[in-house]
Amino acid sequence: MADLRTDLAGITSPNPFWLASAPPTDKYYNVERAFKAGWGGVVWKTVGEPIVNTTSRYGAVEHNGSRMAGFTNIELISDRPIAVNLREVKQIKREWPDRALVVSLMVPCDEESWKTILADVEDTEADGIELNFGCPHGMSERGMGSAVGQVPDYVEMVAAWCKKHTRMPVIVKLTPNITDIRYPARAARKGNADAVSLINTLASVIGVDLDTMAPLPLVNGKGTHGGYCGPAVKPVALRMVGDLARDPECRGMAISGIGGISTWRDAAEFLSMGATNVQVCTAAMHRGFKIVEDMIDGLSNWMDGKGYRTLSDFQGAAVRNFVEWGDLDMNYEIIARIDQDLCIKCGLCHVTCEDTSHQSISALRIDGERRYEVIDEECVGCNLCMYVCPVDGCITMEPVDNGKPYVVWADDPRNPANRVQAAE
Amino acid sequence: MPAQPDLAAGRLSQAEYARNFGDIKPPLSPQQAPIEASRCYFCYDAPCIEACPTGIDIPSFIRKIATGNDRGAAMDILQANIFGGACARVCPVEELCEEVCVRTAQEGKPVNIGLLQRHATDRFFERGEQPFERAAPTGKRIAVVGAGPAGISCAHGLARLGHEVTVYEAQAKAGGLNEYGIAAYKVIDDFAQRELDFILAVGGITLEFNRALGADISLAGLRRDYDAVFLATGQAGVKALEVEGQALEGVRPAIDYIAELRQAGDLAALPVGRRIVVIGGGNTAIDIAVQTKRLGAEDVTICYRRGPEEMGATWHEQEVAQTSGVRIKHWVRPVRLHGANGHVGGIELEYTRLGDDGRLTGTGDTTTLPADSVFTAIGQILIADPVADGAGAPLDIRGGRIAVNDERQTSLSGVFAGGDCIDGLDLTVQAVEDGKIAARSIHSSLTR
Repeated sequence: MADLRTDLAGITSPNPFWLASAPPTDKYYNVERAFKAGWGGVVWKTVGEPIVNTTSRYGAVEHNGSRMAGFTNIELISDRPIAVNLREVKQIKREWPDRALVVSLMVPCDEESWKTILADVEDTEADGIELNFGCPHGMSERGMGSAVGQVPDYVEMVAAWCKKHTRMPVIVKLTPNITDIRYPARAARKGNADAVSLINTLASVIGVDLDTMAPLPLVNGKGTHGGYCGPAVKPVALRMVGDLARDPECRGMAISGIGGISTWRDAAEFLSMGATNVQVCTAAMHRGFKIVEDMIDGLSNWMDGKGYRTLSDFQGAAVRNFVEWGDLDMNYEIIARIDQDLCIKCGLCHVTCEDTSHQSISALRIDGERRYEVIDEECVGCNLCMYVCPVDGCITMEPVDNGKPYVVWADDPRNPANRVQAAE
Repeated sequence: MPAQPDLAAGRLSQAEYARNFGDIKPPLSPQQAPIEASRCYFCYDAPCIEACPTGIDIPSFIRKIATGNDRGAAMDILQANIFGGACARVCPVEELCEEVCVRTAQEGKPVNIGLLQRHATDRFFERGEQPFERAAPTGKRIAVVGAGPAGISCAHGLARLGHEVTVYEAQAKAGGLNEYGIAAYKVIDDFAQRELDFILAVGGITLEFNRALGADISLAGLRRDYDAVFLATGQAGVKALEVEGQALEGVRPAIDYIAELRQAGDLAALPVGRRIVVIGGGNTAIDIAVQTKRLGAEDVTICYRRGPEEMGATWHEQEVAQTSGVRIKHWVRPVRLHGANGHVGGIELEYTRLGDDGRLTGTGDTTTLPADSVFTAIGQILIADPVADGAGAPLDIRGGRIAVNDERQTSLSGVFAGGDCIDGLDLTVQAVEDGKIAARSIHSSLTR
């Protein structure tokens, strides 16, 4: 049985699965249920001056009958008094000392506000704080949330205040609503933050109600942009996590991965790309806290199968293979192979290649039977047919042994820059 | 053997009748339909289209269900098959579109094309829209004989093209086998008539009921009075059970009893035997067996002279029979019917096997089953006399069916035919296609 214990900037938890700061973690009652279900830690729903929420608050993308493939919210931070939140934090931490309990904070951008609340949070004996610099809606219009996260100087300044006024580890939660995630992360590093967590939600409009002609979710006939999350955003998050994991200027700063994590496999991918732990929200809001059982069990079984004893055995293992396009091998060749015994004759490989790619799969009728065959000379090895094919393992991409060395674009003779030199 | 046959009405409670004759395959819910639709891969050169006698663009209509374009889905179906609603219910999809669905090859579970087609057409009919328009009047008049799926399909096609159509129907109602022959639980809530109302609402079609070819009208007369004739008479005759005792009371063609059942206002008033024997192996044998069982018969046995693979009934229909509590007895053939006081009381069967020459042969051993009713479902035949009165050259009949070419043209000029009276699959969907093709052929012959 693999050891799933995790240490993020000194904050320990029995497993890497935390609940992200969000409605599932907004009071003692939920958090107790989460800990009973087995979650390794929670980041308490953002504490600050209480706000008032609208109805409705959520919107969802349904894809091919799959509910909540993407999810959005226009909720703000906690609507309960700071003192009530912190009293409950203190109580639950005392009752569940082995679980990680981090308090998410959002207060106005002045040192005194931060200093005041940090003292109160320390009194709860919580394990750390997370600075909510990510929320893209509602709070940002008030000069908080992503309004701070989008300005690296502010990120550094607030992180530094926090490090100055508390002994607790400081995690900076980053907004993805920015051109290059490395800039705010480097700013957090300069402010001596212990860790970053990412991604917060993407600013988004989840849909339009074509009857009322208003964006969703509707609030009395009007809509506003919300924060997008759920399985659909996972690729965005993985890329940003990887960008930071390989950035020399961010070295030494731990990463808590967030964004569309629904299964143990998602978590393993985030850990491989450099995260130390993961935070989950939408998957729990879709199916309840019990999903963590399979997350723990599945990750553990997978690690046992791979021979990994601890998370550090594979944590960050994919980072060294995450390179820039210019570092890819231009001489690598693969072509599609169709296993005719597995083929069910749907013809999607043919029609999609014919219509949208390289016209390299022919549609034949042999004695009336449909047959789809790769035209090797035309195949560019793009993978499209493999992904379109509904049968696992029917279309595979086979490497071609062309005897050519690993050559990157800068050294490739086909690069016009190299041709010019050769002509001279 | 009891002296009196046990025939009785009202064997069940009203709740049991309602349950037994409710929808055998309930429709998809509005939530289920798009989910089932999303299982369709939207194949290129889709095998299902090729397997559909009417060539419905199945992947397209299913995709339209998935995207919420319900009207578009229904129009894809109805443009290709005006009886898309009936076919969704009665087509043996397990031997047509769903058999060749690539998901059948992949996982043994095809996309439920039949139920999706029903979903699309049901929702369309609920809205009550009439989507078809007629072309400018051509002044041409066409006679159609038979108001079953073939005749009505042809009439609808011709009416849309601007022709005036008169349909002569021997029965008191239109619909043919959809109205008189399909098992009741496949077309509940008077669906056949509601569908006809929709089809006929296009206009230009006049129905003449109780007008039988050969009795009230003649082919020669129709050829004289109309610009073209479409024969869609079906197969009005039934093959006789040529064994001793066949004339006993209680021995009936299955289709007669099914028609009676379909027209019964109150199923509780319909007498049914306690012990039923059905002779035959096709879908009609299944239909009579299952319906009598569901009317409250205690023991229902289908007797078929060969094995399960040779049965005309699809595997799905055989399953329906068996899960309804019907026993299928293979490798037996009737040799004699027993009776008392002129009424059947039992049937003597001889066991059969395949001889060394591969032909069916009797073993000589026999068994006797008690029976209050014996139904024959051994096939129907064309009664050629009414159509054989062609003025001048007789209509070409081959293999007991009216001979036609690919355009559904018979040997007589201006006379076309389709449906069960010509050689083919003997399915509603094939009849609809015959009518569709004949309408096009008639139109081109009249507008040349």
